Amino acid sequence: MTETVLRTGAEKRRFTLDMRALSPFVALIALVIAGALINPDFLTASNLLNVVTRSAFIAIIAVGATFVIAGGGLDLSVGSMAALTAGVMILTLNNLGGGDMGTLALGMLAAIALSAACGLANGLVVTFGRIEPFIVTLGTMGIFRSLVIWLAAGGTITMRNFELRELYRPVYFGSVFGIPVPIIAFLVVAAIGALILYRTSFGRHVVALGSNEDVARYSGVPIWRVRTLTYIIQGICVGIAVLVYVPRLGSATPTTGLLWELQAITAVVIGGTALKGGIGRIWGTVVGAVILELVANIMVLSNFVSEFLVGAVQGAIIIVAMLLQRSVHRGR
Amino acid sequence: MKATVLKIAMAAGLMAGVATGAMAQQKNVTIGVSIPAATHGWTGGVVYHAQETAKQLEKGYPGLKVIVKTSPDGAAQANALDDLTSQKIDALVVLPFNSDELTNPVREVKRRGTFITVVDRGLKDPSIQDIYVAGNNPEFGRVAGKYFVDNLKQGNVVVFRGIPTVIDEERVTNFEKALEGSGVKVIDKQYANWNRDDAFKVMQDFLSKHPKIDAVWASDDDMALGVMEAIRQAKREDIKFVLGGAGMKDMIKKVMDGDKMIPANVSYPPSMISTAMGVTAAHFYTNAPMRGTYTLNAQLITKDNAKEHYFPNSPF
Repeated sequence: MTETVLRTGAEKRRFTLDMRALSPFVALIALVIAGALINPDFLTASNLLNVVTRSAFIAIIAVGATFVIAGGGLDLSVGSMAALTAGVMILTLNNLGGGDMGTLALGMLAAIALSAACGLANGLVVTFGRIEPFIVTLGTMGIFRSLVIWLAAGGTITMRNFELRELYRPVYFGSVFGIPVPIIAFLVVAAIGALILYRTSFGRHVVALGSNEDVARYSGVPIWRVRTLTYIIQGICVGIAVLVYVPRLGSATPTTGLLWELQAITAVVIGGTALKGGIGRIWGTVVGAVILELVANIMVLSNFVSEFLVGAVQGAIIIVAMLLQRSVHRGR
Repeated sequence: MKATVLKIAMAAGLMAGVATGAMAQQKNVTIGVSIPAATHGWTGGVVYHAQETAKQLEKGYPGLKVIVKTSPDGAAQANALDDLTSQKIDALVVLPFNSDELTNPVREVKRRGTFITVVDRGLKDPSIQDIYVAGNNPEFGRVAGKYFVDNLKQGNVVVFRGIPTVIDEERVTNFEKALEGSGVKVIDKQYANWNRDDAFKVMQDFLSKHPKIDAVWASDDDMALGVMEAIRQAKREDIKFVLGGAGMKDMIKKVMDGDKMIPANVSYPPSMISTAMGVTAAHFYTNAPMRGTYTLNAQLITKDNAKEHYFPNSPF
C-alpha cells in the first residue's frame, strides 16, 4: 500500500519536472512563431544566426550564474567583472605587442586567471566573511567597474596591433561547418556545465546547499568549499565570455557589460532555475539567454513599435512568455 | 579715493624697490573646477582637457591656482562644491551632472561672492551664472542633416539615437528637420544608448530588416564603431558612409586619413571645458568684458580641418 503510494507520487513528480524543464523551449517556439509573423525577414538564417551568436556572452555567463543561484547565492558583479577582464586582457595583449598565436594565448590565459581570481574573491568574502552575497557582489561590482574606468582613464581600451586583431577576429565572426564559433563555445560550456551539475557529486552538493544549507551541512557537504567553487565557476564563465567578446569590437569601454548581471539572472530564471536556490537547469538557462536576445531582435524588426516603447513591449513579452510557461506545466 | 590708494601703493612699491613692485602686480586668484568623473569617453575627454588647461593657465597667469575636482555622481558633486568653497575659491567652473540636483548647491557657492561659470548642462536658474559655455545640440543635428542632404542627396538613412534625454531629442528632431524637403529619407530609428555593443546589435538587425540602406547617421562615434563592425560582418556594399559625432580621436584619425566610410564628423568637443576655464581666467587678468553666454558651433569636421580636432593624447 505504502509502496504504491510512494511510487505513483514519484512518477507524478518526475512528469511535472519534465514539463517544467521543457517549458522554456515552448516559450522559445512561441516567440519564433511570433517573430515570423511580425517580419518574414526574421526567419532568415543570417538573422537567426546573428541573434543566437549575440546571445553567447550572456548564455555563457548565465551558465555560471546557474551554479551560483542553484547553490543559493547571487553574483551581481559579473557585468563589471567582464568589463575589467576584457580591459586587462586587451592591455596585456597591447603590452606583449606581438601579433602571433603565442601572444594571444597569453592574453587569454591572463583573462581566465583574472576572472577566476575575481570569482574566488567573491566566494571567499561570501563564505568566510559570512556576508549576504547580494552585498558582497554589489561591492565588487563597484570595485571592478571603477578599476576598468581607471585603467581606461574614462576612455576606451583598444587592441592596438592590427595583425593580432585580424588573427583573433574569427573567434567571434568565424564559423565551423556553418556554425558560428560563439555558438559552439556556449554549447560546449553548457554541456560541460550540465555534466558537472547533473553527473558529479559536486553538482549534487550545489543543489543540496541551495535547497537547505543546514541539512546539507549535517549530511557532510563541505559547505565552504562548494560555495566558493560556485563563484569560481562563475568567474571562469565570465572569462570565457570575454574571450568571445573581445574579438567582436576589439575594445573595452567603461560601458562594457553594463547590466549584464541582470540579463544573466533573468536568463537563469526564465530557464526554470529557482531564484531561492535548490533547482538548477543549465539548458533552460541557455534557452533563456536566447529568448532575451530574440525579444530585442523582434522589437527592432517590427515596424509598429515606436522606439520610445521598445522597453515596455519587451518587458511585457517576457512576462507573457513566463505566464505561458507556467500554464504549460500547470495544465500538463 | 581709489586713485589715492593706488598712488600710495605705487609710491610704496617704488620706495621698496623692484622685488616688492613685482609682488604688488601679482594677483592671487584661485579657480575651482568641478566636473563629472570619467565614466564614459566624452567625460574622459573633459577630465583630460580640464587638467591640461589647468597647467597651461597656471603657467600663463602668474598667481593663478586651478583646482580640478571630479565627482562620480550628482550628490558627490554637491559635496565637492563644499570642499572647493572651503578652499576659498574666487571662481567656480562647473559642468553639472544634472540641472535639478545641482542648482541649489551652486547657488550657495554664488552667495559667497564667487564668480560662476557653467558649462554644457545648464542650471534651472540661469541668473546664478556669470558665464555660460555650451555646445549646440540642435546645431549638432542640423549640421549632420545638412551633410546628408548635400552629400547623399537621395536615399534611405537609418538613425541611431543615444539615451532618451533632452540632448538626444534636440539632436534628432533637428536632424530630421534639416532633411525635410530633400530626397533623403529616414527609414528607421532606434535607441542604442551611445554604446558600441548596443549599436552593433541594432545595426545587425537593421541590416536583416532593410535590403537597401544608403547611409547611417550613428550620431555618436562609439555607436559608429559598432555600426562599422556590423556592416563589415554582413559584407554589405550598399552603405555609402557612416556619420558619427563628438570627435573621438580614432574617428578623427579616419577622417584625416580619408577613410571612404567615415568621410566626416560633427564636433561636440569635450574641450569646451577649456574654453570655459580660459574665459574665466581672462575675467580676472584682463580688462575685457567676459560675462555672457558662449555657444560653441557644432562644426563639420572633414579632411581639410580634421587636424585642428585631433588630440592623440586625449583618452577620447
